[in-house]
Amino acid sequence: MQSGKKNQNSEATGWLMAFPATAIIGLFIIVPFLLGFYFAFTNQRFISPNPTEYVGTSNFHQLLDLGVLTLEPERDTATQEIKKDAAGALTYPTVRSLTRNNPDMPYFNGMREWFSWHSGDNIKVVVARDVVFMKAIVNTFIFVLVVAPLQGGIALLLALMINQKLPGINFFRTIYFMPVVVSIVVVSLLWRFIYSGDNGLLNALLGFFTFGAFKPVDWLGNPATALPSIIAMSIWQAVGFHMVIWLSGLQTIPVSLYEASDIEGATSWQKFRFVTWPGLRNTAILVLVVITMQAFTLFSQVAVMTQGGPVDSTQTIVFQAVQRGYAKQDIATGSAISVILFALVITISLIQRYLTRESNT
Amino acid sequence: MKKLIFGGMMMASLMASTVAYAATDLTMWYHGAGNDVEKKIVMGLIEDFNKSQADFAVKLEQFPQAAYNDSVTAAAVAGKLPDILDVDGPVMPSWAWAGYMAPLTVDPAAYAKFLPGPIGKYNGKVYSVGLWDAAVALVGRKSVLEANGIRIPTVDKPWTGEEFDAALLKIQASGKFEYPFDLGMAWKGEWYPYAFSPFLQSFGGDIVNRDGYKTADGTLNGAEAVKFGKWWQSLFTRKLVPGTSQSPADRDTGLASGKYALSWNGNWAALGMVDKFKDDVVFMPAPDFGKGPKIGAASWQFGVSAASKHQDGANKFIQFALQDKYLTQFSDGIGLIPPTPESAAASNNYKAGGPMEVFFGLSKAQATLRPVYPGYPVAAKVFEKALSDLANGSEVQATLDAAADEITKDIEKNKNYTK
Repeated sequence: MQSGKKNQNSEATGWLMAFPATAIIGLFIIVPFLLGFYFAFTNQRFISPNPTEYVGTSNFHQLLDLGVLTLEPERDTATQEIKKDAAGALTYPTVRSLTRNNPDMPYFNGMREWFSWHSGDNIKVVVARDVVFMKAIVNTFIFVLVVAPLQGGIALLLALMINQKLPGINFFRTIYFMPVVVSIVVVSLLWRFIYSGDNGLLNALLGFFTFGAFKPVDWLGNPATALPSIIAMSIWQAVGFHMVIWLSGLQTIPVSLYEASDIEGATSWQKFRFVTWPGLRNTAILVLVVITMQAFTLFSQVAVMTQGGPVDSTQTIVFQAVQRGYAKQDIATGSAISVILFALVITISLIQRYLTRESNT
Repeated sequence: MKKLIFGGMMMASLMASTVAYAATDLTMWYHGAGNDVEKKIVMGLIEDFNKSQADFAVKLEQFPQAAYNDSVTAAAVAGKLPDILDVDGPVMPSWAWAGYMAPLTVDPAAYAKFLPGPIGKYNGKVYSVGLWDAAVALVGRKSVLEANGIRIPTVDKPWTGEEFDAALLKIQASGKFEYPFDLGMAWKGEWYPYAFSPFLQSFGGDIVNRDGYKTADGTLNGAEAVKFGKWWQSLFTRKLVPGTSQSPADRDTGLASGKYALSWNGNWAALGMVDKFKDDVVFMPAPDFGKGPKIGAASWQFGVSAASKHQDGANKFIQFALQDKYLTQFSDGIGLIPPTPESAAASNNYKAGGPMEVFFGLSKAQATLRPVYPGYPVAAKVFEKALSDLANGSEVQATLDAAADEITKDIEKNKNYTK
């Protein structure tokens, strides 16, 4: 009895001690998370005298609705023959004429062309209700697919290089880790100068090394180079962080294994393939999952460097969530985007976990 | 412990009783934190008001401009709005609609002689009045224009669209400048709708259909708007203006350093040009693209919060602030346009023969308010994106269609912004 009461007491003390952290996490993480789900199904606005109303899934329809239009070549009304213009090319009705104020296709009203391809004489056009958001999803996936392997790989390479006992190795560790410590906003601002089209450092360097043959490129102002520029800078910025994780993994591998393989006469590659890599298995999973999650939430670089432009070439999911929810005051749509992102990230994390599971067989 | 609480209560009651005998405190929020000159003028104005009567005592709280609107929104949600608010002209309808602001009860005679820009009217009621206005002009150099044989336009006879285009091409052909004209694409944000939507209006389009504010279809994507869009895009494709990746430094110094021949810039930057080029500088009116030359109007203004318990006092303060001498002080201190002829005549820069006199005339002749409806902050963002996309080569009709649809959808979503 006595001891039971004592136990209860200590449990209460435990809860009391956990209270500050629990309350803060609850207030700033769990409550906003749940509110996000709630707002996604309402018409909540940032500033509004109107009461919040339940609107069902309409926010998701606005964001995700897709459709395929088939454009047939225009025919002569009398002869039904396919018309050709002066150059002999087929002529097609515009997507606009079908999707604007067209009572025959109410579903397509207000949709815009996302991309299209030729199929025989016809053109198939994929139209989306929210083309900008579609582009944001595609850009985010490109970013993740490029950044995850490259950043992980380069970080491993750096970790292997600085895991040697050489004089002054700490100097290099510091150098590689430095960008991680600097605020991403500051780094983005600096890289904006580096990428600057007229007198940026990158253009100057490339011009110098090619003896002036290189024509300056407006890296962030050109739709073709803007996203790759942000990718390159993002990899550089966070690579040091993952290098440290790899390094901690490397240092858990017992030296005796390397000594044994030396005695067996293993080459460097064999040592990496059969000792280092299996030993890094859990680290690899961690690095992969962390990079993927971080890459999906790409925001600061875009907000500072390009604002989603030029012509939507650097729109991302999180940037759109902030843009809609905050700048355009549409909290409901911003929340719906966050819910979509949550679903995406959790699905991909589960797939990753499944693919990298311990095989017991 | 008990003694301490008791002591505290004594102190509190003591303080409460002293307040009862003194003037009622009014809090005032202002967006200009960080600007010493501005602060000095505002403090002077407040001191004068507090001395002029015994009922109210205004207290100033300053915010940096970038955080100001967010602070007001947060305060409104928390029920902690001040008595006197400072509001950016085009944002006012949004706040009035949301119930943050109360209509002014200031005697209309106090602002009867004002330029139209500084008077914030929404739904037939005046909610805010500004102590100044701002204006935009084509800034250039007489010597450059004369060397290229270009007529210098006046308020009575501005350039036509074709004349303007021809002038830019002539300057480009001279080969002396990196770009003939600078729109200020580096200034993201409100600059785009403020500075560029008047071009669209001069073409005959608009951000939103102002007749009832129910749709943007036909005004932002109609034939006139498409004509504007094509002209706008051609400025970039013909390399007549720097694009969206222009660096802010170039924007600030490009004209002075001879990179650009002409610049589309506000009166706040005019003094620097006068210092640099002396008599050579010329401030010219906006070109007329068909529906008359137009420039944006309305800057920061004062209003009364709906949550204030002392709206009479807040109105009294605003009425007091509208005296000519304060209008002149703000103009002399920070270069803004004084809104009455008297205050302009008394100011250093806008008096007859003053270096920036022309801006007063421009503001009077060309000023056009940005759309006056609560959805404006959203429309402004949509418009900004559309103009950036057009500058970077996106298809004109599709871009304007998308922008018009987004603005219309926002209006529908908010039940036409009627309460």
